[in-house]
Amino acid sequence: MDIRSQISMVFHLDKCIGCHTCSVACKNIWTDRKGAEYMWWNNVETKPGTGYPTKWEDQGIYHGGWEKNGDGISLRGAGKRKGLLNIFHNPSLPVIDDYYEPFTYKYLDLIESAAGDDQPTARPVSMITGKPIDIKMGPNWDDDLSGTPDYARNDPNLKKLSAAEQEAMFQLERMAFFYLPRICNHCLNPACVASCPSGAIYKRGEDGVVLINQNVCRAWRMCVTACPYKKSYYNWHTGKSEKCILCYPRIEAGYAPACMHSCVGRIRYLGVILYDADRIHEVASASEGELINRHMDILVDPFDPTVIASAKKNGIADSTIQAAQNSPTYKFVKEWGLALPLHAEFRTLPMLFYVPPLLPVMATVKEVRNRKQTEKLGPISKVWDNDWLYDTSTEEIWGTIDQARFPLKYLANMFSAGDESKIKERLKKLMAVRIYRRWKTVGDITEKKAMDALREVGYTPEIADNVYYLTSLAKFDDRFVIPAAHREHAIEMLEFTGDKKGSTGFGFKEDTMKRGL
Amino acid sequence: MDFMNNFLFIALPYISIVTFLIGSIHRYKVTGFKYSSLSSQFLEGRKFYFGSLAFHWGILVVFAGHLLTFLFPTATIVWNSDPVRLIILEYAAFTIGFSSLVGLTALVFRRTTNPRIRVVTNRMDMVIELAIIIQVILGCWIALGYRWGSSWFASDLTPYLRSIFVFDPQTQAVIAMPLVIKIHIVGAFVIFALIPFTRLVHFLVAPFHYIWRPYQQVIWYWNRKRICDPNTPWNTHPPKNN
Repeated sequence: MDIRSQISMVFHLDKCIGCHTCSVACKNIWTDRKGAEYMWWNNVETKPGTGYPTKWEDQGIYHGGWEKNGDGISLRGAGKRKGLLNIFHNPSLPVIDDYYEPFTYKYLDLIESAAGDDQPTARPVSMITGKPIDIKMGPNWDDDLSGTPDYARNDPNLKKLSAAEQEAMFQLERMAFFYLPRICNHCLNPACVASCPSGAIYKRGEDGVVLINQNVCRAWRMCVTACPYKKSYYNWHTGKSEKCILCYPRIEAGYAPACMHSCVGRIRYLGVILYDADRIHEVASASEGELINRHMDILVDPFDPTVIASAKKNGIADSTIQAAQNSPTYKFVKEWGLALPLHAEFRTLPMLFYVPPLLPVMATVKEVRNRKQTEKLGPISKVWDNDWLYDTSTEEIWGTIDQARFPLKYLANMFSAGDESKIKERLKKLMAVRIYRRWKTVGDITEKKAMDALREVGYTPEIADNVYYLTSLAKFDDRFVIPAAHREHAIEMLEFTGDKKGSTGFGFKEDTMKRGL
Repeated sequence: MDFMNNFLFIALPYISIVTFLIGSIHRYKVTGFKYSSLSSQFLEGRKFYFGSLAFHWGILVVFAGHLLTFLFPTATIVWNSDPVRLIILEYAAFTIGFSSLVGLTALVFRRTTNPRIRVVTNRMDMVIELAIIIQVILGCWIALGYRWGSSWFASDLTPYLRSIFVFDPQTQAVIAMPLVIKIHIVGAFVIFALIPFTRLVHFLVAPFHYIWRPYQQVIWYWNRKRICDPNTPWNTHPPKNN
């Protein structure tokens, strides 16, 4: 057992309102620089949609992540053999047009143009070449565009859905979408680290943040290919790759990362999870159906004395262990079993988990009143029906889950490697808490029914109260439990203290080692 | 004339070697951030595919050929003693050299015509690309015009190069060479000296260590397991994260 600590995240998708405040906070702090204009270390996508970069989830195009290879795993588009052979030209590297060409407008023209018959205009210019461009794509180009042929219908997650299921998702009256905020997952088995020929990318032992050493990066650009989430970005100006650093300077000081701090919907939770590093390879090589269960298994119980002993042996500070015990993410992921990793099938063991969205997915469904006419119009045509209701009825406890506006298969393709039962289990739990709260606050449901619902998902009223509290009422310090770096360790982050012993403090300005030479 | 010959074939090689060594080590130590291949594939990928592959593989094989002939002159001459093998070697070398010329021409064309790539081009990029293109043209010219280069390189130039490395320069053989070959030799030293001032440094940090490295890398500020162990000596150095 090799217990390490990992800063992990939970995003509660039910609460995301798609305001992009997180993206802007991140952009203002980290990527408002030349060569980084196109980068969004934090971005929010509309699902169904193609995302950023376009169709990033389709590894048939980008060849990211790991794939099962006999008993073990290998990188799909990089690795020692492929990476070195393709070092002169990386065939799976996205080009900037897959993201978008960054642009600005010539605002000065509005002021400085000579007087004339026409209004001056601010033409768009490329932020790469500085020349006027026709804007083809921009940040969040597919924002809120569910149902559109170019974006929503090209969502890679629709692949395993039948044509009828897809069509049902995009009927005008039934259409739904939700937001998917994404940052670097700071994976346990990061493909970017494994793919870097220079060895510039590493995972920090203390908190599991994955970083790129800018002095060692040589622009072999394999990480861009290898990261299946496309969260490693190539800075075309500096010739170095960059990625989300989880605002580690803030984390070390005990502050929440900027994206999380600024989150308007308060969807983000951040906390420590202890895991068993010895089993990473074994878990990442598990069969697709087992991946998520095994992933949950290596996230260990921070109250278990053997875990604590092993953690202490690894030098994990008491404050970190305590933070792990209070961790909101551990509760969501393990204790309550509510959150799932995004695309576990990429086998990187991401440590950013999502509580699947309930609201847009649920809340249908009334029988089409004039079914005969519907049939006559054919399956493709849109049918207007005045009887559509936002049905939140609780007559049939789980009825709405099966009649969800999205086929569960779609959510399963995103969050549970195609396993619908795992999604259903989580949605049921969310629904049970909702029913329980409705009994408590509205009172139009019998107690028996609320208790039945909780019992069926294995929750006690106490757990339901806790879920409700952390979901709806949680204060800042409940959502972010961050063990700050210790002051006495701070110097060790930068220097080896043994070398500096006796060289600072009272006495000499010169390095003492040089005296007498 | 003697002065010129002495300068070009005795002084220049040493100037070039010293410049290369001091320059690239200094650059690595002081401005490590600038050690990068500065890949531009991200801005333009299609033309890059043909140019980069043809050039890189071509120039690598050609360079390896020169190096092997320098290191194993006898073996080269023995190989060449059979005319069939000689002709195969020469044709293969010329084809590969020519392919690197084609590739490099495509790259220069791409660099000068594509507006995005021009943005990430600086003066030294053009200088080194032109220097290499001239060098490769001369090389192809020599391969065509002064036959069986692998043999005379092994018998005449290898001793000269070796004499430089043992600090006893013998220039008679070089001075007797035709002008084109002399320019090619001087060009090689010039390019060698230019390496630390250009993006060419990227070949010095070619990532061969990747082959032996474990895939995953975890770095601790300071490994607490080791710091707690009384056997860990104080003079060990921390991981280089910065």
